[in-house]
Amino acid sequence: MAGGAQGSGVDTAANIFGKACGYGGLYVFGRREYHSNIKGLHSYFHLRISPDEILANINDVNLLAAFDAETVVRHINEVVPGGGVIIGSQQVNTKVLDIRTLPPEFKAQLVKFMEENGVGETLNDWLNHAKKRNVTVFPVPYMELLNQIGEKLGIEKISKITRMINVLTIGVSFALFKYDRSLAEKAVRETFAAKGKIAEMNVLALNHAYDYAEEHFKDSFKHRIEKTAVEEERLFLTGNQAVAMGKVLGGCRVQTYYPITPAADESEYLEAHQIMKTAAEDEAIVVVQTEDEIAAINSASGAALAGARAATSTSGPGFSLMTEGLSWAGKSEVPVVITYYQRGAPATGLPTRNGQADLRFVMHAGHGEFPRIILASGDIQECFYDAAKVFNLAEKYQMPVIHLLDKAMANCSQTYPVFDYGNFKIDRGAVLTEKDLEGKEYKRFRLTETGVSPRVMLGTKGGVHWYTGDEHNETGHISEEPLNRRLMMEKRMKKLDLVEKEVPAEDKLKFFGDPNSENVVVSWGSPKGAIIESIDLLKQEGFSLGFVQMRLLNPLPAEEATKVLAGKKRIIDIEDNYLGQLGGVIKEKTGIAPNFHILKYTGRPMTTTEVHAALKKILTGKAAEREVLMFGS
Amino acid sequence: MGLKPSDFRTDVFADWCPGCGDFGIMNGLQMAFAELGLQPYQIAVVSGIGCSGKEAHNVKAYGVHTLHGRTLPFATGIKVANPHLEVVAIGGDGDGLGIGAGHFVNTGRRNLDMTYIIHNNGVYGLTKGQASPTLQREMQTKSLPKPNINEAVNAIGLAVISGYTFAARSYAYDVRHLRDMIVQGVKHKGLAFIECLQPCPSYNNITTKAWYAGEDRKDANGKPQSRLYKLQETGFDPVVSDWSEDFQKKMAALDKAREWGDRIPIGVFYKNELEPTFQERLAKRIPFYMDRPPAKQNLCDTKGLSTVDLSEFMKNLKTS
Repeated sequence: MAGGAQGSGVDTAANIFGKACGYGGLYVFGRREYHSNIKGLHSYFHLRISPDEILANINDVNLLAAFDAETVVRHINEVVPGGGVIIGSQQVNTKVLDIRTLPPEFKAQLVKFMEENGVGETLNDWLNHAKKRNVTVFPVPYMELLNQIGEKLGIEKISKITRMINVLTIGVSFALFKYDRSLAEKAVRETFAAKGKIAEMNVLALNHAYDYAEEHFKDSFKHRIEKTAVEEERLFLTGNQAVAMGKVLGGCRVQTYYPITPAADESEYLEAHQIMKTAAEDEAIVVVQTEDEIAAINSASGAALAGARAATSTSGPGFSLMTEGLSWAGKSEVPVVITYYQRGAPATGLPTRNGQADLRFVMHAGHGEFPRIILASGDIQECFYDAAKVFNLAEKYQMPVIHLLDKAMANCSQTYPVFDYGNFKIDRGAVLTEKDLEGKEYKRFRLTETGVSPRVMLGTKGGVHWYTGDEHNETGHISEEPLNRRLMMEKRMKKLDLVEKEVPAEDKLKFFGDPNSENVVVSWGSPKGAIIESIDLLKQEGFSLGFVQMRLLNPLPAEEATKVLAGKKRIIDIEDNYLGQLGGVIKEKTGIAPNFHILKYTGRPMTTTEVHAALKKILTGKAAEREVLMFGS
Repeated sequence: MGLKPSDFRTDVFADWCPGCGDFGIMNGLQMAFAELGLQPYQIAVVSGIGCSGKEAHNVKAYGVHTLHGRTLPFATGIKVANPHLEVVAIGGDGDGLGIGAGHFVNTGRRNLDMTYIIHNNGVYGLTKGQASPTLQREMQTKSLPKPNINEAVNAIGLAVISGYTFAARSYAYDVRHLRDMIVQGVKHKGLAFIECLQPCPSYNNITTKAWYAGEDRKDANGKPQSRLYKLQETGFDPVVSDWSEDFQKKMAALDKAREWGDRIPIGVFYKNELEPTFQERLAKRIPFYMDRPPAKQNLCDTKGLSTVDLSEFMKNLKTS
């Protein structure tokens, strides 16, 4: 784990570290935590590394690279016996309670810990306390190292190169792990590739730190990271990046957005890669930063009516503003996609943290009754494929689709074999062209058996029609006639039956673990990885469990859900919210209620460690009906 | 073959009050489209909420009757996706300058090549006559319980300083003038704003047809002295032909926009085609934008397979 003040290069350090591990054929899972702040408050990046696939994070830290004193007090107790802490030598005399960025409620916790454990007031006292647990401290004289590096580079002003402390930390870390330094060099070069000679300066700094650590710390750290030979090509990416790529694959050609955490990175990434190669001519996506989220959804709807595959991307506060537009899109049968990254709510809430408290909201958002599809991804790979699929759903069934994600997936990074996307099919649903329309009268909302009326894009010759937010007749003009109203309501709503019938099974729900077990976990979204890993661990310990990952959340596939949940002794609902919203929806749609809940609403994603422990408590009869998880700073 | 104004009619009953200015604006649109030589399928009329919102149903063209205040965001999306469509956004004064004021300003910043017409009658008609953002302070139209406590927004002024590159005003009962303004607005390269003054015979008993016509101020011969006068007949030149003139032309437009009361100018206040349109700005980033805009891209091959090559995206994400 690397931690420090925001703006001090924690992210860059972690990304270089992750990259270097990736070059060595290793799987990496990275969890990024940060405050709603530009510079100064605590942030950290927890990387888990393994030769085998990793699906989630765990509580344990083997090596803590602390850029500042706050990182030590926040995370030292996560460092396992046998683990280590890298800290700047000059930091150790810091008086812990003098750290200005610590909020009072956290200081109170520290005071309590210090009293209970007899820990003194300086950071050194804290480090000595950890040493009793067999944690090794690696003090690094960063300023001294920088002076030496400055000399080598002919730079007198050390303040010019203090930014490189993060790279020094990487050098020390890899030396402790005895990891192949050439891979670290490669990662540094790649990271600073666009910055000219900065890259080589950082390589030099990396090696200087590596040498220093080898010389001074020798074999005092026992953990190792070893590269392995791997043939397959892999990606190391975030959910934001996966969604952006999926959208382009799925044919998204207009994306609108208003800046919001944790969604905006996706739009920026899309804009940076605006022009894409295809088998034929280049194509391009237009990314429009609108004045607010109201404009974002309505511009996306406009673009969709004109015939572009269009999406907008947002989080809770932004979606709140979109609800009127959603209602218009649902009523006007607009194939618009909303990518929704949930974060800690309500209100501004925990704007840079995780949450899954908006399921009920997206199910019901917007006035009136209208059809919508909600598809929830559970990991970064699903983010990619789902981001493409949702455009097919939107156009086939002519309704808004909400692709429901969360901050944990947006900002976590994970290693995957390169995505295979050659077989992705575009299905634009029923669309009439100029040729189809020749000599025929066209009605946009013609009543049909399935409720789906063939669409004509604005601007098509022979297809003039109208849209309105009022109730409309078949032509699209305003109508308040009772019979027409009934027919139009039924036409729109029955499209959901078609969705429920036609969506492939794996997009409705996925089942993992033992289908014959009397215990079943039900969940959605980012807890997926921690749940799968926990089930594997529990299997090794002799406990059997199944896991239903719900994906299609509206219309909820009640029949399929009933099949996997009915008759189970323990149904354990796991969600990042207070109410157990999915559990409630399942009860409403199937009559089957979960009898245990594992919930977390601290804004930090679930780890395998805590999910495993909570499940074990439940399976051994030691748990309350409601287990609330707390891990993570 | 050119179409007649009547070719742009629909058989939808226009349910405005007798004497409503919306009839004039509807006619003005139909006449302008005919004069421009457009076909109905080449046009998208995007409207908001209120009496004026229904106008989209009375014009034969693609019609998108949207939400209160959101006319411009819908129009923006449509135009960005298909820049070859002639997009004409229409809405009320409350729609565009009250609930939609944020969009009014920000759409100006983009200078999309489309036209926006605001129906300005000073009241919210469909909700029975509350004060709209263009009603002058201290005026008490007939359904207001008290005189209007808020200052009025100056629509032309706001358009000019928000980046609209064409700003004009017309009058619903001078349909020929209105037609000319719409024709000029549509032909203008860039975002055109047209404020159309109109009486509301049901709720605005102050700025009525008779008031605009000046029936309360007759000359010696008993002839009413219209309050409206045509800017261009006074030799006012709104056109920016070189950037060095821009500030001065904007100031002149603002100065004219301040006139109200006994002399109200109609005509073109400001026009600048030097400013690149949003389409031109996009085409700088995407050279083929106009040939293959978002709505006209292929997305897939003949088998339906997505043809996108993601290798550029993946290059920096690969671990080898």
